[in-house]
Amino acid sequence: MTRAEADTFKARAGAALADHHLKTAIDRTTRTARQKREAAVAGWPGFSRARDLGARIKDHVIENLDHYLIEFERNARASGAIVHYASSAGDACQIVVRICRDAKARTVTRSKSMLGEEIGLPHALDEAGLGRVETDLAEHIVQLAHDRPSHIIWPALHRTREDIAALFREHHHTPQNSDDIPAMVASARRQLRGGFLAADVGISGANFLIADSGAVCTVTNEGNAELTTTIPRVHIVTAGIEKLVPSLPHAFALLRLLVRSATGADITQYTTFHCGPKRAGDLDGPEAFHIVLVDNGRARMLGQGLAEMLRCLRCGACMNHCVVYNEIGGHAYGGVYPGPMGAVLTPVLDGLETSRDLVHACTLNGRCQEVCPVDIPLPAMLRGWREKSWAQGLEPVTQRSFIGLWAFVVTRPRLYRLGAGLAIKTLRLFARDGWIRALPLASGWTSTRDFPKPARRTFMAQYQAQKRNRGL
Amino acid sequence: MRKVGLFVTCLADLFRPRTAFAAAALLERAGCDVEVPRLQTCCGQPAYNSGDTQNARRIARRVISAFETFDYVVAPSGSCAGTIKLHYPDLFADDPAWRTRAENLAARTCEIVSFLADVCSYSPRDVALAASATYHDTCSGLRELKIERQPRALLSSVKGLRLIPLPDVQSCCGFGGTFCVKYPSISNAIVDEKATNIESTKADLLLGGDLGCLMNMAGKLRRRGSAIRAFHVAEILAGMGDGPAIGEEP
Ligand code: SF4
Repeated sequence: MTRAEADTFKARAGAALADHHLKTAIDRTTRTARQKREAAVAGWPGFSRARDLGARIKDHVIENLDHYLIEFERNARASGAIVHYASSAGDACQIVVRICRDAKARTVTRSKSMLGEEIGLPHALDEAGLGRVETDLAEHIVQLAHDRPSHIIWPALHRTREDIAALFREHHHTPQNSDDIPAMVASARRQLRGGFLAADVGISGANFLIADSGAVCTVTNEGNAELTTTIPRVHIVTAGIEKLVPSLPHAFALLRLLVRSATGADITQYTTFHCGPKRAGDLDGPEAFHIVLVDNGRARMLGQGLAEMLRCLRCGACMNHCVVYNEIGGHAYGGVYPGPMGAVLTPVLDGLETSRDLVHACTLNGRCQEVCPVDIPLPAMLRGWREKSWAQGLEPVTQRSFIGLWAFVVTRPRLYRLGAGLAIKTLRLFARDGWIRALPLASGWTSTRDFPKPARRTFMAQYQAQKRNRGL
Repeated sequence: MRKVGLFVTCLADLFRPRTAFAAAALLERAGCDVEVPRLQTCCGQPAYNSGDTQNARRIARRVISAFETFDYVVAPSGSCAGTIKLHYPDLFADDPAWRTRAENLAARTCEIVSFLADVCSYSPRDVALAASATYHDTCSGLRELKIERQPRALLSSVKGLRLIPLPDVQSCCGFGGTFCVKYPSISNAIVDEKATNIESTKADLLLGGDLGCLMNMAGKLRRRGSAIRAFHVAEILAGMGDGPAIGEEP
């Protein structure tokens, strides 16, 4: 296999399907996530109202993005923060690296941020020669293994506990001596603490940007974001512009939806608000506080019929409930964001040409939208991408001619009747005991499932004959 | 009397006429005047879901013309009914005249089981079948048309039939129309999990409301050597459960 072939969606999916270890790892996490979410939603009588409200808050902000950007910037500046705008991933990385250089930083700590992954920040920091310490436990695992995240909430979901134990034993200075979870966490803590304390710059993401105060809200379960952002001299927040909310109550309304949908908990362990740098009399906090607001295709999505995608809270529920994700895992998608939301976003970020498989590799069963806490019409958006792909001529010729021929026939009922009669006669030739075990041109089906033998005559033929017999 | 146009669906026409006969019989028993327009073929989903909007529109216009004179259009499929009901109007977003016609048709289009239960208040009498069955909610019916309660309610009046809940019932079977042809190995992995769940019920029968999904699951069960037999729910309600199951056509 050439490299190009090995790097197609189908090849990656095929490799994932053959990896039973991966399937075990996926199931362990997503099954629990589904159960916990279900319990959380069942115990929240106002869920569907909260969900409507959440979608409305996001839509309102997206429709008034300019207004809230200006308001946020003004208030953030007033609190002493320095606000930067980045229109692309490259710009955003350059800004962050420049801030680090200006601060004469040698090492940076980073807490988990999907936006950081989206803009390729880990790579940019490494390239710039900055020592990078990933403080989120899962991101730490991903970094040790030279991996990529495979889930937006649990980046190391593709690794089993057994894998991780081995990884720690290989890389940690004083690894755990037992493989139970507390011992492993303690090992990671020993490894990471030094990095926390020595870092010059801390980089975090944001879950909400609160326009009327200029504050930034982050949620974590490990408390690593707090250590990332309070100890170093400089704190940099990178955030997508869609993270804006008008005010604190809006952030809380969305936070409740986010946390319940992601982990089924009522609230995350740590919910932190940052507002400006350390002030006179503050005991801790950074000397400089930068906020990098990133567009990277978001404004363009408004004009592409993808505005609703900007509601996304990055909760991961859509992938936890996706039958395709649950078979192939996150890496097979090939983009930063996997699962249903990734299949919608990757064509925006990487172009439709290289990601057209993602928008087709979906059964359109609708469960993702059903569990999405802000009711994003993910199936309709994937269908929208399929339309664009068809209109732009990106669909393979075989596909186009097949659909074209089929449409030619179904729009001519008499021809269709003729063809249908012929088709079932032919199919019946392949059947043994009511089933077809192998069928040329349909080996995708028959290599793994049987195909039922059709009836002797079509319904239409039988029905017309009956009508004639009855003299109707 | 309600004048109903039966939308046969291409899969019932080609592979499983018994499903359409069952639907016609049920509609008659529920007091409808049933007709089967001869100009029908397919609802156009393969084109629509492939992104070929132009062909999807051409097919939709034909379906609309063939069915718009009926009081109701009823299909033994959640996904075909869902296409007409929810997606036809969208197809003509920029064409006011056809949009109105599409919306008129959409408002009168139903899936068979929910139509029997909700519009006709029908439930089968004197239908008996001594068997155990598990019911899979096919995704378009469940999520687009909110069909969940109706098939269970109607099946509960079939004497002797015992319904066994299907674990993880809400997850898709992996059929997905053209999906199962374009990504057969992913589709297979999904239906394999579904088959494991179906077998775990130890039911005699698998029931559902969409032939595409049923053929997918039945084909997988058969390849796995399982003895569970699959029927469209309409066949059971029409008292045709003693006939050949899917894959037992003479
Ligand atoms: S699309 Fe919806 S379900 Fe998926 S991550 Fe975003 S908010 Fe969560």
